[in-house]
Amino acid sequence: MILGIPAILAAPLIASCFLCLYRVLRGPTSADRIVAVDILGILVVGFCALFVIYTPRTYFMDIAIAWALLGFLGALTLAKYLEGKGLDE
Amino acid sequence: MNEGVVIAGKVIIFIGVIFDLLGCIGLVRLPDVYNRLQAATKCVTLGTCFILFGTFLAAGFLVKSLLAILFVIMSSPTAAHAIAHAAHRSRIKLWEKSVVDKYEEEKEKV
Amino acid sequence: MKKVVLFIVSFLCWLILTWTSYIPSILVGIGISLFIAFWFADLFIQHPKNFFQIRRFLYLLLYIPIFIFYCIVANLDVAYRVLHPKLPIRPGIVKVKTTLSTLTGRVALANSITLTPGTLTVELTEDGYLYVHWINVKTVDVEEATRKIVRRFESILKEVFG
Repeated sequence: MILGIPAILAAPLIASCFLCLYRVLRGPTSADRIVAVDILGILVVGFCALFVIYTPRTYFMDIAIAWALLGFLGALTLAKYLEGKGLDE
Repeated sequence: MNEGVVIAGKVIIFIGVIFDLLGCIGLVRLPDVYNRLQAATKCVTLGTCFILFGTFLAAGFLVKSLLAILFVIMSSPTAAHAIAHAAHRSRIKLWEKSVVDKYEEEKEKV
Repeated sequence: MKKVVLFIVSFLCWLILTWTSYIPSILVGIGISLFIAFWFADLFIQHPKNFFQIRRFLYLLLYIPIFIFYCIVANLDVAYRVLHPKLPIRPGIVKVKTTLSTLTGRVALANSITLTPGTLTVELTEDGYLYVHWINVKTVDVEEATRKIVRRFESILKEVFG
């Protein structure tokens, strides 16, 4: 059990997060880092869904929805930054 | 009956977690940013949708998680498209063994 | 017309998010949805008449299983390529053509292409061409690639968003 989640479900997700972090640290270009951060955001949504089942905190589903939308906005902003444009284009 | 639905949900969650892991292995192993984006976006999006659908089944038909699936499935490919476009615009090269790059050839016209 | 469509969509979102039959909550939802519909309708909705045609929703229901099937095929494909020790990939960017005319339809097509086997949309031009990153390039010809990548979704998406 990790934070109340069975290890068979939590361990692969935590391993995925560490693989993403490896890509954030090593990524040769900044685009690689942006991809990894975006993917990390979606993994957090999955974690929130697991918290809904295995702990009594069902409000985590709202956090998951908000995180999905905000992660999308963050990825768009970083992509615009990478392209070198203003944010209103 | 209800017990069976919960177990089915947990099995679906397990499949989703495995897909997530495969996507992240792809993120580490593949050679350039476009291939990484492909593997990571496809596998992690579908894996997270499986986790959310398993939550829908196992938490007693929680309709909110279907809404979360809708948001993830609409937003994640769009973000991938934006990142790929921006990477190509900022002249990040394809892998050196790539076969063809029509976009680079015709970018001036676009 | 546009405002009615956006009101229905945002009010449905509110109902799903709160998921209660408590009357004041529903009243607040109606108020907020009216506000959103009044201010943002011109931004989001382009073809409001399409929303009220039942035929489109039936085709959307038909589209969902096809989409899920190709999604799962795509994931098994990626899993095979990632776990294979020699990485059997042959990447490249090819050009395909679509005949979808509405903006929503093209965006749906681009998103579907991104989530299905081996392809990722890189650019969407205004005259109907898509530049697609393909992880295993089989052909560089525009017509041939269009037949292989776009055809499996285009006919049904034309019925939904067309």
